[in-house]
Amino acid sequence: MPVSDTPTAPEAPRIDEATVTAAVDAALAAIAAAPDTATLKQVRIEHVGDASVLTSANRAIKDLPKEQKAAAGKLVGQGKGRVQKALAARQAALAAAEEEAALAAETVDVTLPTDRRPRGAAHPLTTLRHRIEDVFVGMGWEIAEGPEIEAEWFNFDALNFDADHPARQMQDTFYVAPEGSGQVLRTHTSPVQARALLERGVPLYIACPGTVFRTDELDATHTPVFHQVEGLAIDKDLTMAHLVGTLDTFAKALFGGEPVTRLRPSYFPFTEPSAEMDFRCFSCEARHGTDHDPDPACRVCSGTGWIEMGGCGMVNPHVLRAVGVDPEEYQGFAFGLGIERILMLRNGITDMHDIVEGDVRFSQHYGTEI
Amino acid sequence: MPHIPLTWLAEHTVLPEGADAESVAAALVSVGLEEEGVLGAQVTGPLVVGRVLELVGEPQKNGKTINWVRVDVGDEHNEAADDPKDPQPGEERPSRGIVCGAHNFTAGDLVVVALPGTVLPGDFAIAARKTYGHTSDGMICSGEELGLGPDPTGEDGIIVLGRGHGEGLTAEPGDDAIALLGLADEVVEINVTPDRGYCFSMRGVAREYSHATGAAYTDPVTTVTVPAASGAGIGVELRETNPLRGGLGCTRFVAVGVRGVDPSARTPRWMARRLTQAGMRPISLIVDVTNYVMLDLGQPLHAYDAQKVVAPIVVRRATPGETLTTLDDVTRTLDVEDLLITDSAGGTGARVLGMAGVMGGESTEVSDTTRDIVLESATFQNITVARTSRRHRLSSEAAKRFERGVDPQLPLIAAFRAAQLMVEHGGGEIAAEYTDEGSVTAPAPIEIGLGDAEDLVGIAFTSEQVRGSLERIGCTVEDAGEDRLRVTPPSWRPDLTIREDLIEEIARLVGYAQIPSVLPSAPGGRGLTPSQRSRRAAQRSLVEAGLVEVASSPFVGEGAFDALRYEADDPRRGAVRLLNPLADDEPLLRTSLLQSLLPVARRNLGRGEEAVAIFENATTSLARPTGERTPIPSAAQRPGAEELAAIDDTLPTETNALAAVVGGASGPGSWQGDPAPWGWADALELARRAAAAVGAEIEVRQVEHAPFHPGRAGELRVLAADGGSSVIGHAGELHPAVVTEFDLPARTSAVELDLEALIAAAPAVVEAVPVPTYPVAKEDFAFVVDEDVPSSAVQAAMVVGIGDLAEDVHLFDVFTGEQIGQGKKSLAFAVRLRSAEATLTAEQIGQARQRCIAAVESAVGGVLRA
Repeated sequence: MPVSDTPTAPEAPRIDEATVTAAVDAALAAIAAAPDTATLKQVRIEHVGDASVLTSANRAIKDLPKEQKAAAGKLVGQGKGRVQKALAARQAALAAAEEEAALAAETVDVTLPTDRRPRGAAHPLTTLRHRIEDVFVGMGWEIAEGPEIEAEWFNFDALNFDADHPARQMQDTFYVAPEGSGQVLRTHTSPVQARALLERGVPLYIACPGTVFRTDELDATHTPVFHQVEGLAIDKDLTMAHLVGTLDTFAKALFGGEPVTRLRPSYFPFTEPSAEMDFRCFSCEARHGTDHDPDPACRVCSGTGWIEMGGCGMVNPHVLRAVGVDPEEYQGFAFGLGIERILMLRNGITDMHDIVEGDVRFSQHYGTEI
Repeated sequence: MPHIPLTWLAEHTVLPEGADAESVAAALVSVGLEEEGVLGAQVTGPLVVGRVLELVGEPQKNGKTINWVRVDVGDEHNEAADDPKDPQPGEERPSRGIVCGAHNFTAGDLVVVALPGTVLPGDFAIAARKTYGHTSDGMICSGEELGLGPDPTGEDGIIVLGRGHGEGLTAEPGDDAIALLGLADEVVEINVTPDRGYCFSMRGVAREYSHATGAAYTDPVTTVTVPAASGAGIGVELRETNPLRGGLGCTRFVAVGVRGVDPSARTPRWMARRLTQAGMRPISLIVDVTNYVMLDLGQPLHAYDAQKVVAPIVVRRATPGETLTTLDDVTRTLDVEDLLITDSAGGTGARVLGMAGVMGGESTEVSDTTRDIVLESATFQNITVARTSRRHRLSSEAAKRFERGVDPQLPLIAAFRAAQLMVEHGGGEIAAEYTDEGSVTAPAPIEIGLGDAEDLVGIAFTSEQVRGSLERIGCTVEDAGEDRLRVTPPSWRPDLTIREDLIEEIARLVGYAQIPSVLPSAPGGRGLTPSQRSRRAAQRSLVEAGLVEVASSPFVGEGAFDALRYEADDPRRGAVRLLNPLADDEPLLRTSLLQSLLPVARRNLGRGEEAVAIFENATTSLARPTGERTPIPSAAQRPGAEELAAIDDTLPTETNALAAVVGGASGPGSWQGDPAPWGWADALELARRAAAAVGAEIEVRQVEHAPFHPGRAGELRVLAADGGSSVIGHAGELHPAVVTEFDLPARTSAVELDLEALIAAAPAVVEAVPVPTYPVAKEDFAFVVDEDVPSSAVQAAMVVGIGDLAEDVHLFDVFTGEQIGQGKKSLAFAVRLRSAEATLTAEQIGQARQRCIAAVESAVGGVLRA
């Protein structure tokens, strides 16, 4: 750092021990006394600047007789060295103290609110749907989608729902006008399975999440517009054991622990054999296994130890034929789950209204996690 | 769905000692009959028989007279002595004192007493209580109080053993009245899947219970004796003019006569009780017996007053315009597909008696004077009954069974069972001649390999398990060589038609619990599709911009289009309409998300929010203008390519849309300075953020578009690969009238875009651009242009003029005022110039400046501001 010394005409300096020692002592005293870096800067100019005794002495060495030069150089050099070292030390100490003071002066109240911009939130149903999709993607399956306003053929006929069979009335269907349009609001995402089989062929491992519709009035546990995810695997040699294995994996991914799943005989036109699937309650004592009794007051399983999750089964050969797959060569399984139901059970939501009404407080509570 | 009283079930199978509704329900669940509910014992506690020893009527101030009664309720329950302060009437002896408001009894009668501690239906707990000046130490019960319904003989008051509800009953004081009256009987309600029609009977459910538990089973059909007919009964003609899907409407019709039934004979108490438990109302002996046999065996029966029927009975399809007044007093116009039971009053088959298998008519109904009856017991085609039931919105117990399929071997057996019960309880005799018209088609055999079930289920079934399961459900199993079986299903299982149906039977009888758990290894997928990934990115970009994702209902009414100020010919009025909407004023599916999102914004504001920043990502649709019907090809095989194309070409067009509404303060009041209100620019920025998140770019053009402010909104365009651009959405401030309509904060703004189209416009691969390390040169420009020149046009001209050296062009100020001149504005841009090849020279920078200025001048007439 250049020091802007005022050029003065120096007197011929004396270079004796007393003078140098006196100059050094004076410098050291000044350094020690400097209260801040600004003063220290002046001390530096005064005691080791161009006009200072020590600098002048140093300059004068060259004019000394040859035999005195070494001793004088040593005397002045050591003295100046001591002063420089003291300066550096004092500078560091003062600078640190000054920085500390400056920072202390900048102290703020870090408990002040920082919410200048609102924080957004995803709907928990979306977050859950993505998580479910990721479970299937992790198993090497793909995610397939299809139209919500669907051809009756895809929603029913291709899935072995006979037009006159009571099964066609099992699902309360919204029909598209006019009468005989051949269109419905899909009652399940199964038509996506038929579409995927037609478009992609076999082998096929897909999950189909999506919005579905039934003519149920909105109440605490029902909504006319809800979400399902269905799984479909068609390959050579797939059996119901593979269905159970897939459900176990899925249950573990969503609810954790060591899942126990149970199949009960049931009926769906598009599967044969068909089953209802139950997951062992993940909430109460029952989660430890079938040899542990459920809590009679458990809100998740209502004290039964089991949670009804949905339907499943081996794909009916009629369905495979309708989409051009040879049932003698290929077979597979399908299952369907309600995403709202999983969310309600998993996160303890007691009223469907909260999920469907669009109140921001509902989504905000979750942020982007569930 | 069927109600199964346990005592009735136990008549056909063996229930273990102590079996309760819970355990029976659990057993039935394991074979596929889901539990709908359990109706436990109706009455618990000390409900006992009492003998009335003395009674004294005590008139009250309210005009009523109550009886103060001394009742002997048995040694175990009697009090040894009267309360000296409240003595009971008559001679003191062990008894209880009870106040009773009824008057249909006298001393010596046996009555039913609910002692303190008894709980009656409706959770009505009985305790000793002070009433009418006495301590009533229990209650003497009526049938209604016990859940037995009104007195079958119409008597008003309490139950007196020996008549009414107590008909045929006798007991000693102190005897348990719960068992005596059958009040301990538990009932399980089950849910029967549509393939199991036979479980709409005690016969079928008992069989399933035996499958579940291994309990012995007696098919009640085997206990009915049917004598050979001594001749033809009433004439029956089966006519078919309109077979449905190739099938006859009626394949078998049995008519059995019963003569001389006592019209005053009453339904036995046990039968009435069972009917009540099964959910049917007892009516009269004849009707009750037909219902009872239907519930027991599964065969619907109909009783006609023989005096009113004019032979022959003709079963035929309706003729066009024909009408029938059904028992529910509604006159219905019939369809040519409706199958009718007619008789020959006024000509052969001229008078309609009822709709086959669905509901009878008034003309031949049995009445309280009917002595001679004709019992109809028939097999009607499931399709015919299902269509008629749906067409006339008439569901009956008979229709429920026929549309699921009724055992075709039942008609004669069921008719005789009913006839025998009528004679047993009402006297008279069964006619020796009867009619059995039509025939029964034997079920087709199914071939199955011994290993087929293992191949599909994954359990190594033994051949014993395969054969045994099939035999237990009633199949006839024969060897068909080489480990193959020929299996003929029983007559009551029309649902068993393919090999897989048999495999399900084997699997469920052996038990689904035996299935091992094996995770299949999929061949490996490609992960989410670009569209699926991009949708997530777009959603997340709006969340990160501070918006909250919400759900809204997709159903809207025409009013939504008016509220959003759509013109009469706006294509967004072309919504898909539902035939059966839940709400009549919302029969349409939204064509734009804002139609449902703005009401959600209003709801949130109404619930106390002061600002709104919400978005939704969901489907919108538009009806096809041509309104073509979607074909329904055969599902017997894969439809042809044209058939599939015809399906998709007629379905409404759908897209995945993204919409947001922002209004009011963009954040809470803050010590850092108050937040700016959300405005039109934010709406456009949200669109740009979503676009950036999916890797696309959008261009904005000023347009007028409902529901937006005419001067503060624009359309969003994307560039196609061929250089053309297309509109994918709109954003800006909402029209003030829309803001008012939905009670939104002033200047609320919105964006809606076709997310699918936006994603499609993004490149599949984002190509790299070099990152030069030569120094940047910063130049500022201010151009004065006409007020209506879009800033984007100025910016575009600058980029073109500067060429490759333009690293970034950013507008940082807009200025209008006197210095600029009327009708003019000044746009200030900061430009960063950089070359990929070398440090820019002053000369190069100067040339770039000149090119920029020249380009703006020639493109939009802009002048560099001095």
